[in-house]
Amino acid sequence: MSDLKKIKEEFISKLKLKLDLAQINEIKSDLFGKSGLITSQFKQIASIAESERKNFASDLNLIKDELQSLINTKISEIEIADINEKLEKEKIDVTLPERTIIRGKIHPVSQTIDEISSIFSEIGFSVAEGPDVENEYNNFTALNTPDHHPARDMHDTFYLDKEKKKLLRTHTSPVQIRTMLKNKPPFKIIAPGRTYRSDSDQTHAPMFHQVEGLHIDKDINMGHLKGCLNYFIKEFFEVDKIQMRFRPSHFPFTEPSAEVDIGYKIKDGKIIIGEGDKWLEILGCGMVHPNVLKNVKINPDSFQGFAFGIGIDRLAMLKYGINDLRAFFECDYRWLNHFGFDPLDVPTNYRGLSR
Amino acid sequence: MKITYDWLKDHLLTSYSEKKLLGKLTNIGLEVENISNISEDLNLFKVAKIIKTQKHPDADRLKVCDVDIGDNKIKKVVCGAKNARDGLFTVYAPPGAVIPKSGLKLVEAKIRGVTSYGMLCSESELNLSNDSEGIIELSNAEYLKRVGKNFFKSSNLNLIDLSITPNRPDCLGVRGIARDLAAAGFGKLKESKLKKIKFKNNKKIKIKLNKEKKQSCLIFGSCLISNVKNKESPEWLKRKLISIGQKPISALVDITNYMMFDINRPLHVFDADKIVKGITVRNSRSGEIFEALDNKKYKLDNDMCVVSDSKGVLALGGIIGGIRSSTQNNTKNVLIESAYFDPTVTRKTAKKLNIESDAKFRFERGIDPLSIEEGLIRSANLIQQICGGEISKFEIQKKEKLKQVEIKFNKKLFNKIMGIKISDSKTFKILSDLGFRIKKNREFLKLTVPSWRPDISQPIDVIEELARIIGYNQIKTIEPRKERYKPTLDNTQKLFHFLQRAVATKGYYEAVTWSFTDPKFNNLFRENKKEIKIINPISSELCVLRNSIFSNLIFYVNKNLNRDIKDLSLFEIGPIFNGPTPGDQETVIGGLRSGKVSRLSWIENDRYVDTYDVKKDIVQTLIEVGYEKSEIYIDDKTPSYYHPGKSGRIFLNKDKDKVVGYFGEIHPNIIKKIDIKTESLVGFEIFIDNFKKLKKSLKDKKSTFQVSDFQKSERDFAFVIDKNFDTQELIHIISETDKEIIREVNIFDVYEGEKIPNNKKSIALNVSIQSTKKPLNDDDLEKINKLIIDNVERKTGAKIRS
Repeated sequence: MSDLKKIKEEFISKLKLKLDLAQINEIKSDLFGKSGLITSQFKQIASIAESERKNFASDLNLIKDELQSLINTKISEIEIADINEKLEKEKIDVTLPERTIIRGKIHPVSQTIDEISSIFSEIGFSVAEGPDVENEYNNFTALNTPDHHPARDMHDTFYLDKEKKKLLRTHTSPVQIRTMLKNKPPFKIIAPGRTYRSDSDQTHAPMFHQVEGLHIDKDINMGHLKGCLNYFIKEFFEVDKIQMRFRPSHFPFTEPSAEVDIGYKIKDGKIIIGEGDKWLEILGCGMVHPNVLKNVKINPDSFQGFAFGIGIDRLAMLKYGINDLRAFFECDYRWLNHFGFDPLDVPTNYRGLSR
Repeated sequence: MKITYDWLKDHLLTSYSEKKLLGKLTNIGLEVENISNISEDLNLFKVAKIIKTQKHPDADRLKVCDVDIGDNKIKKVVCGAKNARDGLFTVYAPPGAVIPKSGLKLVEAKIRGVTSYGMLCSESELNLSNDSEGIIELSNAEYLKRVGKNFFKSSNLNLIDLSITPNRPDCLGVRGIARDLAAAGFGKLKESKLKKIKFKNNKKIKIKLNKEKKQSCLIFGSCLISNVKNKESPEWLKRKLISIGQKPISALVDITNYMMFDINRPLHVFDADKIVKGITVRNSRSGEIFEALDNKKYKLDNDMCVVSDSKGVLALGGIIGGIRSSTQNNTKNVLIESAYFDPTVTRKTAKKLNIESDAKFRFERGIDPLSIEEGLIRSANLIQQICGGEISKFEIQKKEKLKQVEIKFNKKLFNKIMGIKISDSKTFKILSDLGFRIKKNREFLKLTVPSWRPDISQPIDVIEELARIIGYNQIKTIEPRKERYKPTLDNTQKLFHFLQRAVATKGYYEAVTWSFTDPKFNNLFRENKKEIKIINPISSELCVLRNSIFSNLIFYVNKNLNRDIKDLSLFEIGPIFNGPTPGDQETVIGGLRSGKVSRLSWIENDRYVDTYDVKKDIVQTLIEVGYEKSEIYIDDKTPSYYHPGKSGRIFLNKDKDKVVGYFGEIHPNIIKKIDIKTESLVGFEIFIDNFKKLKKSLKDKKSTFQVSDFQKSERDFAFVIDKNFDTQELIHIISETDKEIIREVNIFDVYEGEKIPNNKKSIALNVSIQSTKKPLNDDDLEKINKLIIDNVERKTGAKIRS
């Protein structure tokens, strides 16, 4: 008994000292080696009186476990200390620059188109498209703008042939014609895209973007038009209050026709939409003219509805505070970086249009 | 159309403020585009009295005047006018005033050593007349008590510029605007009273309106006035014209202009003595020459409408008069023309000859055909009143009788279109105020459209009239309905949207450039496509539609390089054009990268962007879209603007049916031609319209999930193979050896040089092998090993490196 106790106490105090791995291994061998102290105690078990043997074996096992565990702990402490010492030497300067970042940008016009599509998607509109090169009929005549009508003066048209039969579309309205000729009512579409007019100055570019809207059904009236645009403008500018003014205007392809102004004010040199007593024209709209419906073989007594056309670039400028329309198309890398959007910023209704 | 509230009040009894007027005009569709507040400028011009004049000490022709400008203030003004004299009432302009004629702003200035505080004005300088002889002389009686007061009446100084839409010719005259305002409850339209004419004269000029085919003068009215004396217009008339920015010329001209702006009745005045043997209104003949009032000679085509005499063309009907018969200061006898010309022919003629005039602007929109007589009566009276003379009987010839437009109008239509109701009484009131004649029926109204409204021909036009007069603010806002007939985007649109953002995530900035381009650039990328010219381009450079997405993009890459941005990636998604017909276009993505990767990096070696960069961009994009890497097939046939040895063409299957993209280095010749200062320029194109539909939608792909838990083994091989042998093919052959168990083939080394024959290369690759059915033992692996080697050696002529 006392032997065992002596061994235990001796080695526990030994293991309390600061030891390196070799010293521990030496202790380990002293205890558990072929002729180690604990090993030899085990060999004695057979020679102990039967009455004491059970207790002796039990005590021996306890001591063995205790010492072994103590040794293991000591070993792992040393290992951890070694690793820590090693890692300390491996320290790097994490404030050095990271590896090269790549980041692309989406053009504000594309972003705005996606915003618009998302808003109209919410109220059931689908997206339609048409070609950039149009024939004179779809761009004008079918839209109740006959040849030699002064309303054609409002569109400075690029022509592709001397007979003036082929042209670059001056608005997205020919998509109305194509959509209605191809399918049967009801129609509920928007048509964003490139449009072209041959003037160019600070506020006009020879190419710009429009989105057309068309909703034709049995009973769509001007109140629906007002509601639809009211909804759109509020959603687009992400404001609760919006002041809108519908005022009579004239487009050959709609009647009654209206232009829509939104209220704004200038504060610290910036436009604030939705407040103030100034008006800004942002779109043209109206009830689709019966002549247009007849031109696409739809009976205006059975179907009616509204159409609108909005300048996309203008909307983008207003929303994102871009001053110069021409800059949209100049591809200045610094401008694109500043006004462009992260490709992950997909405008959606549930996540919000913009951050 | 420019008006003043004062002029409007000639026709409208109203007591509302001008601010209210502006709001009302816009609300009824006569948009106020601009208000020029010229009052602030003109208010500086004061009535003044010269107290004393002295000769300038250093200039014989100049005088130094002491001028009383009111409030007991006396200013010294240097003046060169002969008529400047003591006691004269005249007009004084202080420093700061802008002289209307020259637009110059006055400053205090020394004139030959004497400081002049402002200026005394002539009529010409104030645009009141052409009289530049001396300063204005105001009558003592009238101006005695007005020294120091504003010379210009302030009440009529606001110039209101209206944007009149092309459907409203009636509002190109002040009276028409007044009528609209009256209908909208903004006052009462004054009755138009015509003074009776005393016809005295029996002289006549023979007039013939040819009733030929295509005659576009439908009515020709005229009146001869003899023994007139043309002179300067009276003050009231001059002021009227000046108030809307017109320059007075002479009474005869001013009166016709007045009629045009007041009641929208364009007139023309001929010097009757210059008409040779009577007038014929006829179609022109090709080649006829006409010298117009704009001092230009025009060569006419067939079938333009001309007013002519036996010597030739006197005027282009409804567009412009001629020099030969124009009135002068000494004109004695005049013929007034008041006619109706067909809008379309007027417009065609003016377009062809490229003439703009106030008359043309009105006739092409449609003039009231019933205003001919009124025009003659009013103008003849005015001429007689101002210039004297005797008036002959009017002669009005018609080609055909004009029919008045009648509309059967269903009262329920208003509610159907507008979504709100309007009472019968309101309908009657508005329409009759606008000049409609109404016959009532139970359901219908029989409406006779006023002759001055050529834009109204069907019920919907009447709806618009009612709606704009009651005001669009009355329309109720109805919440949008949410029902949907089709998905928002179709598959192609979804693809467009996805690709756009997928490419951007590879580090490219999206550019939007014109659809047209410079042929100089376009020709570099055009290949065998047809050039599509724009007949009337915005500039001589941008005169063709782009045949390639690179034509503009490369231009802008260059521009940015010139801004000293060295490393850049630009892309554009949009149309390119294959022909001049609608639909002959396709949607393309083009990307260009220039410069280096990891420039100035402390951690990575920098390198120039290369073909494998853009290959990664395009392949990764395709994989993100949903194509399998194994479907992508590449060969080396590319357009001439790519480096012939460093570019590839991509298909979505081995059959090479449609090219979905190109990638590679841009040909050095192109870089040289455009003179781009690039270190390295690579690019890719994706042809969206050539994408085939995915075999399985992503949704369907998700529904089968299969993995193997059996052990995976890897084996390395190195083959020595012909230098020109496509690695793609080698990988394909290995993969096909046993599709069941060969999972992946990765190339980890390509080597040419020492120990490898000249025309060969060594390719080292790693093959992962795993079965879904059973664990593979050493025998199985040895077998597949041998199969791979045999297969490759047999099919490619390669040798395994030992």
